[in-house]
Amino acid sequence: MAVPSFLARDRIVARPGFNRWLIPPAALAVHLSIGQAYATSVYKTALVEHFDTNLTAIGIIFSIAIVMLGVSAALFGTWVDRNGPRAAMFTSAVFWVSGFLVGGLGIQTGQLWLLYLGYGVLGGIGLGIGYISPVSTLIKWFPDRPGLATGMAIMGFGGGALIASPLSRQLMNYYDPAYDGTAGTVPNGEAVAALFFTLAAIYLLFMMFGAFIIRVPADDWRPDGFDPASVKKKALVTTESVSANNAIKTPQFWLLWTVLFCNVTAGIGILEQAAPMIQDFFRNGETSTVAAATAAGFVGLLSLFNMAGRFVWSSTSDFIGRKPIYMVYLGVGMVLYVILATLGSTATWVFVLTAAIIISFYGGGFATVPAYLRDLFGTYQVGAIHGRLLTAWSAAGVAGPLIINGVLDTQGTPGQLVAANYRPALFIMVGLLAVGFIANLLIKPVAAKWYEPKATTPATARADNERSAVR
Amino acid sequence: MSHTVTGNQQPTHTPVGLIAFAWTLVGVPLAYGLYNTVKAASALFGG
Repeated sequence: MAVPSFLARDRIVARPGFNRWLIPPAALAVHLSIGQAYATSVYKTALVEHFDTNLTAIGIIFSIAIVMLGVSAALFGTWVDRNGPRAAMFTSAVFWVSGFLVGGLGIQTGQLWLLYLGYGVLGGIGLGIGYISPVSTLIKWFPDRPGLATGMAIMGFGGGALIASPLSRQLMNYYDPAYDGTAGTVPNGEAVAALFFTLAAIYLLFMMFGAFIIRVPADDWRPDGFDPASVKKKALVTTESVSANNAIKTPQFWLLWTVLFCNVTAGIGILEQAAPMIQDFFRNGETSTVAAATAAGFVGLLSLFNMAGRFVWSSTSDFIGRKPIYMVYLGVGMVLYVILATLGSTATWVFVLTAAIIISFYGGGFATVPAYLRDLFGTYQVGAIHGRLLTAWSAAGVAGPLIINGVLDTQGTPGQLVAANYRPALFIMVGLLAVGFIANLLIKPVAAKWYEPKATTPATARADNERSAVR
Repeated sequence: MSHTVTGNQQPTHTPVGLIAFAWTLVGVPLAYGLYNTVKAASALFGG
């Protein structure tokens, strides 16, 4: 599928002297926008009232979007790698913004299916393409610090929710002055539709800014003082190239898929239940010693650790290696889950600290995985391989809530649960992390039979396409 | 900060102002989000 020339990859090859520090803000412009996906709870109740339906019917919108994220990242990953980040960011912006416009129209006309189609399907495609769009470009610009580079971008996805939540409340308050953002007040449907249209305009500008400042490095470019031979010396790191089609035939891909699936499923277990969980852990009869406002503060704290973990742990992986950092995420994660299950209800600070570190590992797992893929399969089609790996996220997005909600349903009625009722679910998470830990231990360098012949690696493959139209 | 070994292309210079503008554009909303989240999280410690 050809793209218009102004989006083409060969139009955005950076000239000598281009400063690579312009690339992270381009990536952040996209990830901060699509990170809004994690802020949908802000208008969930309003949509339930507007459509006169239940939470499940509205929750499906988010589920469709996350499934579409995984599907589109897997399907369009190769297209993204071939056509470059500008085409991908532009396409992502078109889908993401269309999702808001169609969804807003659905709210305005009272047609829920338009919200499913808009925010769920179109928006979900925008999410998938947008999520992987800057990853391989960042890895190529920062071959010396790939964990730092992808950590910065993927941190933006966590940061997007931090921005969208308060911004959405303020905008809905502007469109419906009767709504003030406090518990008990709900904005009307018109205000939510107006919010969707406003967010569409803001994200369009933001994402287009990213699309138009992004550049790819020339194939023979390298940062000052960087010696590619130093990369080769590290265990598990290859300087060879493995195609996306071959990568999915290797055990390393599926072991890493398992690692990501287990890490994300375990994290979602806490994220999904964060607010009621802290209240249930400190329940005394009918009432909890943790107030609703404090529980909301706990959710905010988890968001901060989720975001910070993406940057801090991914950057740390540049120094200690990808395999060791996942041993920390999964191994220390297991210990923390056991502490949470057994000692979590002894003091609020024990509960909060343990959960916060677990969530920082959840974020770190997301942010470190592109660099792990780069180490194993090279940079050749790392975006496409990353896209296919993200199906683990979609699967975890289904499995995590199913496990936690399924177990809690057998333990009692919401609002009357106590810490002990969470133990079976938490120990299931420990088991999952153990599976992930073993999968990570089994990861070895990719066999040489999967390497691309030298003649088809990026530099030579694109040599015919790249002309003097560099920027 | 960085260089290329590509031979035949005209070198470019990325204006520092453009880099500062780009980082400000993403940094300001992020700071706004962080401020609001820290404010919400402070309820956890304020009792």
